[in-house]
Amino acid sequence: MAYLELDKVGYTYPNGYQALREVSLSCELGEAVAIIGRNGAGKTTMVKLMNGLLKPTHGRVMVDGTSTDQEDAAHVAAKVGYVFQNPDDQIFQDSIRREIAYGLVKKHVARDRIGGRVAWAAEVCGLGDSLDSHPYDLPFSQRKFVTIASALVMDPQVLILDEPTAGQDRAATDLLAGIIQQVTAMGKTVITISHDMEFVTRHFQRGIVMADRQILMDGPIARIFRDDDLLEQAHLARPYLAQLAQAWGFHDVLTSEDFMAALPQTSLLTNQ
Amino acid sequence: MSVISLEHVGYRYPLGREDAVHDVSFQVEQGQVCALLGANGSGKTTICNLIRGFIPRFYRGEPTGQVQLAGRPVEQYDDAELTETVGYSFQNPFTQMSGVKDNVREEIAYALENLGVEREAMAARVDAMIDLLHLDDIADANPLELSGGQRQRVAIAAVLVTDPPIVVLDEPTSQLDPQSTEDVFNIIALLKRQGKTVILVEHKIDLVARYSDLVILMEGGRVAMSGPARRVLTDPQVLDHGGQLPEVTRFFLERNKKLGLNDPVPLSVEDAIKRYGRKGA
Repeated sequence: MAYLELDKVGYTYPNGYQALREVSLSCELGEAVAIIGRNGAGKTTMVKLMNGLLKPTHGRVMVDGTSTDQEDAAHVAAKVGYVFQNPDDQIFQDSIRREIAYGLVKKHVARDRIGGRVAWAAEVCGLGDSLDSHPYDLPFSQRKFVTIASALVMDPQVLILDEPTAGQDRAATDLLAGIIQQVTAMGKTVITISHDMEFVTRHFQRGIVMADRQILMDGPIARIFRDDDLLEQAHLARPYLAQLAQAWGFHDVLTSEDFMAALPQTSLLTNQ
Repeated sequence: MSVISLEHVGYRYPLGREDAVHDVSFQVEQGQVCALLGANGSGKTTICNLIRGFIPRFYRGEPTGQVQLAGRPVEQYDDAELTETVGYSFQNPFTQMSGVKDNVREEIAYALENLGVEREAMAARVDAMIDLLHLDDIADANPLELSGGQRQRVAIAAVLVTDPPIVVLDEPTSQLDPQSTEDVFNIIALLKRQGKTVILVEHKIDLVARYSDLVILMEGGRVAMSGPARRVLTDPQVLDHGGQLPEVTRFFLERNKKLGLNDPVPLSVEDAIKRYGRKGA
């Protein structure tokens, strides 16, 4: 059995709104998985079910062999860390150091071990120099990294990032890619919701496409972006460079490396 | 006469250790879309606040230099005039909602109420915004229960409903999926056709390249590069100043360099097809 398994999972809110119809998937440790799809497709609901914030109204979610139904949310969250879409939903301490340490303190981790773990998580998230700042002294987009560090410091086996690329500049996007790489290299799984298709094609091999509250496709990113019908159904588009390649008849080109190799090695103007 | 003019503008937040912006000068003409680019913390939002007069009316401190709207210094405008002149959508969509309205329709009407617009005219204008931003299915929802993407669209509606000649959009698409993002850029194009002047802070550089006339690249509170979008966004120096280049542009720059070519560098997919034809290969 895989570390994380969703078996015919659905979720209906108490008010009757069905936010997720029926999804099944499994994730092994060490994988990087991108979840893509338009707003309202069910992406956030699905990941909240993975970390026990929501319990399925049908089907079951298994984490490390135990159903999330049979554990309290804190136990599931220790194995599956979730970083909210809006960092302000979770930040409440008055220094970045205290904010990142909060979960460890609450878990009664020995004081002398906390410092090192906080410093490590802060370093990975590019916050090494701002540990003593107030979280709200950082711009909105950087507060996201405080919340990523707070999740990472708890040493979960699965890390879920909900739209971490939203509103990020180039440096931050590169930092995120580095975090995903480091965390998966440690044998952990990273599941990321993103609207940035270039980011997704660059840093993920596996993609889950969602539309209308269910999974349309779970497979290699390269296959997803070759499938016109799927992209149309999910209201998604290829990264821009791949769009150009497509228009020029190179259907398998996804990245700049592919495109560079596919085009003639001479001026394109002389070829007209 | 420029619709927006900044001359040697500097400003430090009251508790700030350094200037948030320093010696910033640029002009925007009527009907132009001007993109403010640069890394997080480079001063883009501060410039938006100066143009809207939130600095120094809300954020205290003393700006230096001069900000003019339609040839008049912004400090000579009274609050109501500023509200009518500059529509402003905030960066963080989670704090944008007024918090005093029960549904999206009322949220959008809020500014019109404050301006004393008649009930019938108000309803018509709110309906037009609900249409424009595809908000029909959430028109009766509580603004505080919306997702980030939904709030962002409601926020834009609440700004455009007063029909201001200047529109400032601070990261209007950060929470939106690709389709809704395209929708917002189509609205920006529409505002431009209506002769409105748009200041846009946006990280989605591929769309910025397609839709803006003018770009100002900020770095550490100063203007690092500025000029027509085509000129600035095909210049690899943008990367040295913490900026980004469109995906297609970056590719052609790299390709020219690698192969020692001097092929034209397009700004977008459409531009590449225009320059090289339907089939480049």
